[in-house]
Amino acid sequence: MSETLKTTPLNAAHRALGARMVGFAGYDMPVQYEGVLAEHRWTREHAGLFDVSHMGQAKLRGADPFKSFEKLVPGDYQGLKPGKQRYSLLLANDGGMLDDLMAGKPDDDGLFIVVNAACKDGDFAKIAGDLAGEAQLERLDDRALMAIQGPEAADVMAAHEPKLAEMGFMDSARMTLFGEDCFVSRSGYTGEDGYEISVPASAAERIWTTILKDARVKPIGLGARDSLRLEAGLPLYGHDADATTSPVEASLTFALSKRRKEEANFPGAQRILAELAGNLKRKRVGLHVKEGAPAREGAEIADKDGNVIGRVTSGGPSPTLGHNIAMGYVPPAFAELGTDLQVLVRGKANAATVVAMPFVAQRYYRKP
Amino acid sequence: MRFTKDHEWVSLDGDVATIGITRYAAEQLGDVVFVETPEAGKAVNKGDGCAVVESVKAASDVYSPVSGEVVEGNAALGSAPETVNADPEGAGWFCKIKVANAADVDALMDRAAYDAFLATL
Repeated sequence: MSETLKTTPLNAAHRALGARMVGFAGYDMPVQYEGVLAEHRWTREHAGLFDVSHMGQAKLRGADPFKSFEKLVPGDYQGLKPGKQRYSLLLANDGGMLDDLMAGKPDDDGLFIVVNAACKDGDFAKIAGDLAGEAQLERLDDRALMAIQGPEAADVMAAHEPKLAEMGFMDSARMTLFGEDCFVSRSGYTGEDGYEISVPASAAERIWTTILKDARVKPIGLGARDSLRLEAGLPLYGHDADATTSPVEASLTFALSKRRKEEANFPGAQRILAELAGNLKRKRVGLHVKEGAPAREGAEIADKDGNVIGRVTSGGPSPTLGHNIAMGYVPPAFAELGTDLQVLVRGKANAATVVAMPFVAQRYYRKP
Repeated sequence: MRFTKDHEWVSLDGDVATIGITRYAAEQLGDVVFVETPEAGKAVNKGDGCAVVESVKAASDVYSPVSGEVVEGNAALGSAPETVNADPEGAGWFCKIKVANAADVDALMDRAAYDAFLATL
């Protein structure tokens, strides 16, 4: 390997578990332990534990860090209630997506932000630079991040801390867990119920090992993380969205908060509002690939007559559904559910139909 | 059985070579979810892709270690691609090729040489 990979605080733990390691976003990460399919299914049926410490964590503080943060994203952070987090998008001035992120109020000490690993240096430099003079960004590089996901995740974690059961989807809290100062949110990126837990790096291996002692929990690698998020219809930044993609094109309009749209004061508002009004060139859709090989990133999408109209941005087999699925971009005229299309793989045109995402129903825990 | 550095195996019966991927290759790939095998009659040159094997994550070409004409693709893999993981050096074969030059096979590694090669990886 020519590049020097960084490691997470759990690197030794992955190796001890016999993980196959790969380079991802500059980090030496576990792609699988026992196998992608088995890990995928285990997460859907029980609980999977993921090391996502390569992602970027930071705190934004200032006179009004929520108001400041709104200069960079289209989400309503001034209206965010304590103990909540919101999914949002870091936008360039032309409305292109620089990253997607989670930002929340786990405590009364500013905004806690989690961004994608491959983007974190750029994101944090932009946030700190653009908000210089009004808000200060502190990178939390001394923290690890793990996610526990699956239908048994809540029971597993309640055995360690009963208060976790009281959290609902997208709740965010700062609390002592395993004797350590942690940030916890009830969220994740698999479509399942579960938590993301930010822990001090020095305690990461002890906490990871403690959670894994529960027979309902298995470690899950990046391979299954990718197939799980694909089934959940969740875009992977750098693949399903990039700096040329707007939130409307990426079918992420839910991340455009009502007040922000009315105020039209976020980066790229002019383009994004025009796209919302109907001036849209392409849109991210889900595809049920009905025959042949998996259609992966880069595969062309054609209309019924064979005219190329777009491209797959990620795809593969759905272990849960038992058929191939994909997401990709097509002009709005072809984005309607039920539209029959084709995907071109190694010279073969395979039938595909536009279907709703998520492909597999999300099972987030929403408090009654 | 003979082996390539790309982890294909070849078993010659008369002038027909059966081709597959080794146990090591199957383990490296992980769960095989799709296999594309060639149709009978297709002409293949040594080094050409003769089949495609796909894991959850990626598609990989299988390169023919011999030149010749395909006599059969393993159609059973279409509905049971997991056979490649279960029995890579047996029922998980990909195709049979009528070889133009049997010396192509003789030039490949034997089991001991392949095992020694794996030990260097």
